[in-house]
Amino acid sequence: MIDFSILVNYFPYYIEGFLNTILASVLALIGSFVLGSILAVFRITGVKPLQWIGTAYVEFVRNIPLLLIVFFFWYALPTFGMRLDGFQAGTVGLTIYTAAFIAEAIRAGILSVPKGQMEAARSSGMTYVQAMLHVVLPQAIKLVIPPLSNQFINLIKNSSVLTVVAGLDLMYFADKVNGDSYATVSAYVFAGLFYLVLTLPMSYGSHVLERRLAKSS
Amino acid sequence: MNKKRFSLLLVCMIALVTVLGACSTTTAPSASNGAGGTDSASSQLDQIKQRGKLIVGVKYDTKLFGLKDPSSGNVEGFDVDMAHALAKSILGDESKVELKEVTSKTRIPMLNNGDIDMVIATMTITDERKKEVDFSDVYFQAGQSLLVKKGSPIKGIEDVTADTTILAAKGATSIKNIEEKVPNVKVLEYDNYQDAFNALKAGQGDALTTDDAILYGMAAQDPNYEVVGKPFTDEPYGIAVKKGQTALVEAINKGLTDMKADGSYNELYKKWIGKEPESK
Repeated sequence: MIDFSILVNYFPYYIEGFLNTILASVLALIGSFVLGSILAVFRITGVKPLQWIGTAYVEFVRNIPLLLIVFFFWYALPTFGMRLDGFQAGTVGLTIYTAAFIAEAIRAGILSVPKGQMEAARSSGMTYVQAMLHVVLPQAIKLVIPPLSNQFINLIKNSSVLTVVAGLDLMYFADKVNGDSYATVSAYVFAGLFYLVLTLPMSYGSHVLERRLAKSS
Repeated sequence: MNKKRFSLLLVCMIALVTVLGACSTTTAPSASNGAGGTDSASSQLDQIKQRGKLIVGVKYDTKLFGLKDPSSGNVEGFDVDMAHALAKSILGDESKVELKEVTSKTRIPMLNNGDIDMVIATMTITDERKKEVDFSDVYFQAGQSLLVKKGSPIKGIEDVTADTTILAAKGATSIKNIEEKVPNVKVLEYDNYQDAFNALKAGQGDALTTDDAILYGMAAQDPNYEVVGKPFTDEPYGIAVKKGQTALVEAINKGLTDMKADGSYNELYKKWIGKEPESK
């Protein structure tokens, strides 16, 4: 069932896909973290219009399939005169989609820091931003790390959505190997192993980080 | 997860892969010829005449060849008309046809277990298939070609260079063919023909390649696109019957020859493809 010659013969394919998957994941990870943080701040500031924007974004994006978002950037944008190739459309879609979940994770983390912390910081003379940066956020980070690392692992796996828009990712090349060799099981098992190479260290790393932060408090 | 458990997990994974690997690859047994390979006692042709009806397997999902109209329920296309023409030739009445839906996967098994008399379903004659069924003469000469937006600088395979982006459907032999013709050509593969066509419309590539028969169907969907150049591979479509039914093959071939002689074949071709067949 598992034919190792498939891995050897098609190694360049796997590597190209693997590198593209890493690139798409890293770009989307950075993008969605930045965007997600901004949205989380929008939602907790108490400024109504910002709250509305944040809520609307999260509820809208979180409740439609990722594939649909990617299709939008891939099919719909050309009608507005903008063209993204499969890789770009897929990465942008991933960023937009994951940002909604990250915003929720960060918001939940900040809100779960007891209110008294903020109140105490403010009454000892800190501004809102100072209190946020020096008192609330350091405590929130510990709470946010497990859900965040979950989202990042999901992001890596979700990057396989690139394959439907010919984004040249790992899954795309696994399809190509399958089509070329007809060794279906092997073609996909090896793709799965490449994904594990990315996700297992990530999951392990987040556990280590979690423990280290727990000790430091 | 501590270190011990992590390494245990790794060991488990490696074990799993090795066990799977140990399972020897069993190739699928080549399909048998089915029953009645050489038994000509009750020839299929006699059965058809006795029954007074031709049971034909056609595709229900292929534009121009066999497509079921969802509103009327009628199946229409080149293959369907061909079935009616053969009924006229064999039974003298073109309405004596019963259509059954086949797919690329089911057509040979259905033929071999006697569900259908013949397959007229965009089926390319190959040596591999000849081992399992008998084919009539070529009834449609298809070939791999290119679909482009009207006004494209690409007028045929000779205009395709390493800088051209070709769109195709995954797993199709057409990818191998074009990579042989134009080494280093950039090919983007999509899940099916519709996605590939959408990609062409979205400007993701310069040309879409597959059998011209399918491309003509797409061009019929959207007049902004056209099939260009001569086909650069041979995909001869044949009518398949159960192995050993020589009399039936001869009857079909006679029908085809007559159609070509009296011009009704050209008419049929023009009706669906929109132009006269190119004489080879």
